[in-house]
Amino acid sequence: MKFDNIIIGGGLSGLVAGIESQRAGKATAIISAGQSALHFWSGSFEFLGEADGETVVENPLAMAERLPESHPYHKIGIPKVRSLLSRVAPLLNEAGIKVNGSLERNHYRLTPLGFLKPAWLTLDDYLTAEHPDDFRGKRLAVVNILGYIDFYPRFLSHGLSKLGAECFTAEVDIPQLDTLRKSTTEMRATNISRFLDGDAVELLAKKINEVSAGADAVIMPAVVGIFSDDPVMRLRKGVDRPVYFIATTPASVPGVRCQLSLRDYFIRLGGTFMPGDTVVKGDISSSHRLERVFTVNFGDMPLEAGNFVISTGSFFGHGLIANIDRVYEPVLGLDLNVTGGRTGWYDENFYAPQPYMQYGVVTDSLFRPALKGETIDNLYATGALLAGFNALKEGSGAGITLATALHAASCITN
Amino acid sequence: MMNLQQQNISDNNFESCIKCTICTVYCPVTAVNPDYPGPKQAGPDGERYRLKRPFFYDEALKYCLNCKRCEVACPNDVKIGDIIQAARIKYAHGKPSLRDTLLANTDFMGNMATAMAPVVNFSLGLKPVKLIMDKVLKIDDHRTFPKYASQKFETWYRHEAAAEQEAFPRHVSFFHGCYVNYNYPQLGKDLLKVMNALGYGVRLLDREKCCGVAKIANRCIDEATRDGENNLRAIREAVDRGDEVLATSSTCCFTLRDEYPHLLHLENKDVRDHIQLATRFIFNLLDTGKAKIAFREDYHKKIAYHVPCHMEKLGWTIYSTSLLKMIPGVEFINLPSHCCGIAGTYGFKKEYYSYSQAIGQPLFDSILKSGCDFVACDCETCKWQIEMSTQVPVFNPISVLAEAIDEEATKKLNRVE
Repeated sequence: MKFDNIIIGGGLSGLVAGIESQRAGKATAIISAGQSALHFWSGSFEFLGEADGETVVENPLAMAERLPESHPYHKIGIPKVRSLLSRVAPLLNEAGIKVNGSLERNHYRLTPLGFLKPAWLTLDDYLTAEHPDDFRGKRLAVVNILGYIDFYPRFLSHGLSKLGAECFTAEVDIPQLDTLRKSTTEMRATNISRFLDGDAVELLAKKINEVSAGADAVIMPAVVGIFSDDPVMRLRKGVDRPVYFIATTPASVPGVRCQLSLRDYFIRLGGTFMPGDTVVKGDISSSHRLERVFTVNFGDMPLEAGNFVISTGSFFGHGLIANIDRVYEPVLGLDLNVTGGRTGWYDENFYAPQPYMQYGVVTDSLFRPALKGETIDNLYATGALLAGFNALKEGSGAGITLATALHAASCITN
Repeated sequence: MMNLQQQNISDNNFESCIKCTICTVYCPVTAVNPDYPGPKQAGPDGERYRLKRPFFYDEALKYCLNCKRCEVACPNDVKIGDIIQAARIKYAHGKPSLRDTLLANTDFMGNMATAMAPVVNFSLGLKPVKLIMDKVLKIDDHRTFPKYASQKFETWYRHEAAAEQEAFPRHVSFFHGCYVNYNYPQLGKDLLKVMNALGYGVRLLDREKCCGVAKIANRCIDEATRDGENNLRAIREAVDRGDEVLATSSTCCFTLRDEYPHLLHLENKDVRDHIQLATRFIFNLLDTGKAKIAFREDYHKKIAYHVPCHMEKLGWTIYSTSLLKMIPGVEFINLPSHCCGIAGTYGFKKEYYSYSQAIGQPLFDSILKSGCDFVACDCETCKWQIEMSTQVPVFNPISVLAEAIDEEATKKLNRVE
């Protein structure tokens, strides 16, 4: 079976590369081994939150200049990063995902524990601030669903109080959730969100109004709108004051919606999405081209393409595997930047920057990985699989994922 | 010590679960039935307790459809559906009821019913009969029963086709399944028409039995294992004579390939790769240039394709949809992949009927909205469910090919005498 382009990995990076490829008229397939890390999404994308030990707010693009030379942003070139990333908000919007934010200046998002973190793009219905002082003097109602265990109103109020807000907490309940409550361990965001539709949303809005009198705004966990944003709109309409959501522990309601919206957009464009399949090997020709890949489901029938993109993620996405004695890339056995034995992979100080966070595939300037020192001519790596950055420390994961995906898309569509 | 831990991974990969709950997000039952604890809780979470004490087995596991959508969604390759089904087999209390045994024994029922098809079909459509079945057997009276054929496919094949099929230079063997044999022999005849035009004769397996999916679902495990051993014997004979074994039902195919080793512990490694859907085999013939196909110019249809759950799990949707898209006169609509709710015998049972219909509702809505002439789908029980719930007819892609193919032109292209 032949395609123009095949993307290995169906998370944020793979979907964005696939959408752009399909939009350019290339027959594109995405092979996805299980659902992706987007299901753990906070509702915000970060471009750069920290550089040189400083929190980045003003002009993150200029601050990106300070990153080490080996960083993916430098490999692309900062001006090109800016132009590539200008495509992100329109692309998300085409898929039905509304975000706010700008590359010229970070805004702040509120974490579930009540801290502010710099962010580049945040979902329309999430709480953000332009300035830490924005909360000063505000009266905020932090409202939880009774029995929901993955939201911590007191941490949040404590954090907001330190920012100068006046907070009070409340819990609401609606009978539609009674059946779900039978199993207390299943009071999870995604399960709750299934019940919050139609009449349940109207009633929830009414209950929220009862407990939030006098507040300037309501803050609640992101438990509304898993398969569409319609219940979110209705809730916002029904509540007398602005409602903002805070990310919860996985699975993330906005993450599921984002994943499905991007997947559906890719399919609407005519793309082929292959869920639940794993690429197990590839044939590389003597001229260093990846000719075809084999998957668990397709068995002896290979999938061929002119270009391939590998967007399989880092350790969490199984793009990298670590066992007792080695770290490896499981699909093709690509070259990694891992040196030395196990004791060198980590720092015993848990809070120190961990060497393994920088591990990934080594590539040429076009992000083409190598196998035994030889660059593969028609394969492009994107996102968390790449080497040379610490996404957690830098607050740069989504920016790198999206910039390298759009970069790969430009390579495979020209 | 760490090496020991790394090697201590179960076949169902239960140790790899990170409790992320993603499986539960995509579970069609959780969406409509709050009494079902969801795949994470029913699967790997519950398994931790069951391994300590069988006492912790929860009868609510019976609500699982075995659709395997949890496994398709799992980021860590945990065989959640297998864990749940294996737990039902191992721990569920009591013997299967008379109703469950009857529903599970498709061969017995099929043989009885085809022998008296006109009477059976007439009676099963009668309100009083339906009411009695509803009250006595707890088979929901809203359910429309599939019609039985008056002649079994096997009988027709032996009398009308066997000799002529043997005359072809190349062959495939056909696992027809119960639906083709007892309910709709035309699908088997359609496969013969298409394969013959492509230059292949179609053989049957020696004494094929039901694939066992209904017996597994209804916990008739000894019988399912016996049938499975018999089928693997027959499949090995076919593979030994050089035949690929083709099925037209995605569920039969999935059961033979994956449920045999995972749930019945029947080793099939030696033949598993030779068991495939007919659409996969045909697509590959055309894709690699080993055969050619020509279609009628006067065939014009608007077809909506529904992905059966086990097709999604097999990952072979693209073979069927690619073949349909090859037909020049077809306007193709991809329905969103969504469970129809019937899950074989599940949707016949009174206690599940309402869940079954609620699960399928979004699919029924998108079919009715699509304005299609008919639905194409590789699963017979999805067909019953969709036809009953939407009144839109459903055909297997093989039947669509048989209808759209230009038989003479195709034979010429493949030099078939």
